[in-house]
Amino acid sequence: MPLDRRSHLHHLESESIFVLREVAAQFERPVLLFSGGKDSILMVHLAAKAFAPAKIPFLLVHIDTGHNFPETLEYRDRLVAGHDAQLHVGSVQASIDAGRSTEETGPNPSRNRLQTVTLLDTLAELKADAALGGGRRDEEKARAKERFFSHRDRFGQWDPKNQRPELWNLFNGRKNPGEHFRVFPLSNWTEMDVWQYIAAEDVPMPSLYFSHRREVVRRDGTLLARSPHNALLDGEAWEEMTVRFRTIGDATCTGATPSTASTLEEIIAEVAASRVTERGGRHDDKHSEAAMEDRKKQGYF
Amino acid sequence: MSTDKPMDLLRLSTAGSVDDGKSTLIGRLLYDTKSIFEDQLEAVEDASRRRGEGYVNLALLTDGLRAEREQNITIDVAYRYFATPKRKFIIADTPGHIQYTRNMVTGASTAELAVILIDARNGVLTQSKRHGFIASLLGIPHILVAVNKMDLVDWSEEVYDDICAEYTAFAEKLGVDDLTFVPISALKGDNVVDKSANMPWYDGSTLLHYLEHVNVGAHRNLVDFRFPVQYVLRPHQDYRGYAGRVASGSIRTGEEIVVLPSGRRSRIASVDTADGAVDEAVAGESVALTLDDELDISRGDMIVRPLNLPSVGQELDATICWTSEEPMKAGTQYWVRQTTREARGFISRVVYRIDVDTLHREEVEGFELNDIGRIHLTMSKPLFFDRYQLNRETGSFILIDPHSNATVAVGMLRGPVRHEVDLPAETPAAAVPRKTSPDVVWQGWNIALPEREARNGHKAAVLWLTGLSGSGKTTIASALERRLFGTGHRTMLLDGDQVRHGLNGDLGFSDADRAENIRRVGEVAALFYRQGCLVMCTFISPFREDRDRARSLVAGDRFLEVFVDTPLEECERRDPKGLYARARKGEIPHMTGISSPYEAPTSPEIRVQTVGRDVDALVDEIVEALRARAILPAQE
Repeated sequence: MPLDRRSHLHHLESESIFVLREVAAQFERPVLLFSGGKDSILMVHLAAKAFAPAKIPFLLVHIDTGHNFPETLEYRDRLVAGHDAQLHVGSVQASIDAGRSTEETGPNPSRNRLQTVTLLDTLAELKADAALGGGRRDEEKARAKERFFSHRDRFGQWDPKNQRPELWNLFNGRKNPGEHFRVFPLSNWTEMDVWQYIAAEDVPMPSLYFSHRREVVRRDGTLLARSPHNALLDGEAWEEMTVRFRTIGDATCTGATPSTASTLEEIIAEVAASRVTERGGRHDDKHSEAAMEDRKKQGYF
Repeated sequence: MSTDKPMDLLRLSTAGSVDDGKSTLIGRLLYDTKSIFEDQLEAVEDASRRRGEGYVNLALLTDGLRAEREQNITIDVAYRYFATPKRKFIIADTPGHIQYTRNMVTGASTAELAVILIDARNGVLTQSKRHGFIASLLGIPHILVAVNKMDLVDWSEEVYDDICAEYTAFAEKLGVDDLTFVPISALKGDNVVDKSANMPWYDGSTLLHYLEHVNVGAHRNLVDFRFPVQYVLRPHQDYRGYAGRVASGSIRTGEEIVVLPSGRRSRIASVDTADGAVDEAVAGESVALTLDDELDISRGDMIVRPLNLPSVGQELDATICWTSEEPMKAGTQYWVRQTTREARGFISRVVYRIDVDTLHREEVEGFELNDIGRIHLTMSKPLFFDRYQLNRETGSFILIDPHSNATVAVGMLRGPVRHEVDLPAETPAAAVPRKTSPDVVWQGWNIALPEREARNGHKAAVLWLTGLSGSGKTTIASALERRLFGTGHRTMLLDGDQVRHGLNGDLGFSDADRAENIRRVGEVAALFYRQGCLVMCTFISPFREDRDRARSLVAGDRFLEVFVDTPLEECERRDPKGLYARARKGEIPHMTGISSPYEAPTSPEIRVQTVGRDVDALVDEIVEALRARAILPAQE
């Protein structure tokens, strides 16, 4: 059933489609960054709607840390095939092997930060002049000031003090050679909007988002899933719990939450009652008060 | 999700500094609607403790960037989201100081409602007025004034009423349609979400209740169908869809349309979405249109109804806000983006700057960061637009620097230029409009007047001698020209009888023909003036309006109205051409002074009385007046 035309979801959809079409019109080699999370799944869904009956005019790019949940990769390949889309995988392992980045050491090693090097190398290799991301302004306070069209210099860096004013629906994608843009069509969506829309549009989602039994370990207030990439520290033990994931990223840094929500309706009810942000389960944001801003300046998603 | 009325969306802007309690108000709205999560609150509590603050600083929630946290200021536009069961809200939160005018303008550009905070202790400050002005300039239909910190004025109704009265009087000057006041205490929560027990005298809505019930979509133009083509979908030979978002109005399958700029007509074959064809698309919806005919249409074209066309123009009158650290560069060919159209354009005239605090107009050469002012924009190709106040989507544009690619200015179209633009640059703004042929572009003068004047050794000027027939205009002007020409000045004399033998030979003496006669002579005089001449014009020119038009064509201090003030009886006595005698017999139907009025100048630059005077003495007087005005150099 189509969305009610008076609803905020219909409005958000129209806005995102407008932004996606602007990207196709203003750039020569735009790509869509696909992480396997719900926001990037929504992006692919909206891109398909924006250009129907034509195919998605963007190359899908997945930066693979090598630490992904197997469910994520299966879902990705099914999605790509279903949309008859083109996929390019940038490998963090390859960057490490090439000496472009160095594996983290210590008790909680993660490849999350290493993605930045691989991402920038991949964009350069593809000569991408725009990279579409699923970032939302409600996720984190540094993102509250992000533009739809976010200009990056030749080193892929973001200068929060030198952003272009963005008024009305006029997006300025002009740039000099070597520079590129990150574009965020979901800027005005909240986590609740995303789930409500997914439910209304009946978008199939990876099983990780729904409640299931899984072995996890408690660490620093988060639940890390058992995987070949997460080793136990002294005094820790795996325990089986009923959990689901609110966000999906690298298995080493994405925490699960105890949950019995097994349908989209139950997830929406859970999000509505939630008193913790979805990034509250992300280990990577806790490093410092300005952790996200620092990573964004360097060229993070 | 199967409620009768779905949740809709309201975009609002806030402007203010920390002192107004803006962050406290936003913090309270977010908190009371459960839009702040525990981990966010914890992080803020931690940060407040680390900074040695004895309270939870809610500003830390909203001031996102580190520079802002360090300097305790908000320097950008931050977007906040909260929702109630009725409505989703997007807040564009902006700083309120004058050096952040561009941020306020940005936040206001998409807002349907502006929340203006007034500290009840301070009353209506300059800042509160500035916020109101920007809101009205950007066409925000609803303004909500939250009179905050009522707890600190003992919940006084009198204080509140005074503020309402003062702000209402100010808003009337701005032409604000919908102005609402709510007395609140953001800190204590009075009248924010719940009704205050402390102000029983107030019987209006709480702030949140108002936000939930104010009519949304009032800024959308639902009448004039405008569809800027954004992207052409062409998956295969059998499908050609024009993708875009309906900027305003609506369109149905089967309706006749016209494509701009080609002017080609067709009908809507289908209104397509990914979920299938629909009957109708309305403002704000992203769709793809297909047409009955194969037309050549591309991005930047506009699809409209044949009987409801937008304005088309290449020279545009606009209000802009300068948004770049780099000041305006005269003569730069900027990229102009309006709807999905992009073309080169330059600022052909800076009309004035508006002081956003006093609303006074100031003459300036150009604009700097945060300046708001009025310009004329000359485009390399026409734009299809509506006045911004009628249509935000088609009336807005941005200017992009061709080298840095920065968005240096943002603007709102007011209409086509009414051709004051081709007046000399030094002419005052209050000039009389001139007609212009279609499709001509003013190119400027090849050699600037000061260069010509430097060669001539004197300034250029128009001496406009007006007076009754027989008053002595031609006698005086001829002697004056002979004197000036004899002393090496560049001169020209234009006389009524002379021009009516050629240029104006097609005109009679009706009021309309007299007006046209003077209009043409004024233009010719302006050309000689541009050539550096001292131009003497001798025309009865009985109508003040016609003389004023001639005056408007040259710089203000270079037009000298010379009133040759001779009484009618004396003129009739002289009657050098026998006209008065014929008029008295009824042979001349429109004789000025007899059967047609003469509007004497009210404040001529020079007045000469001729009765009993010698011509040479009158010429001396006029030459002296020219020296006094530095048009002729002072005598050695």
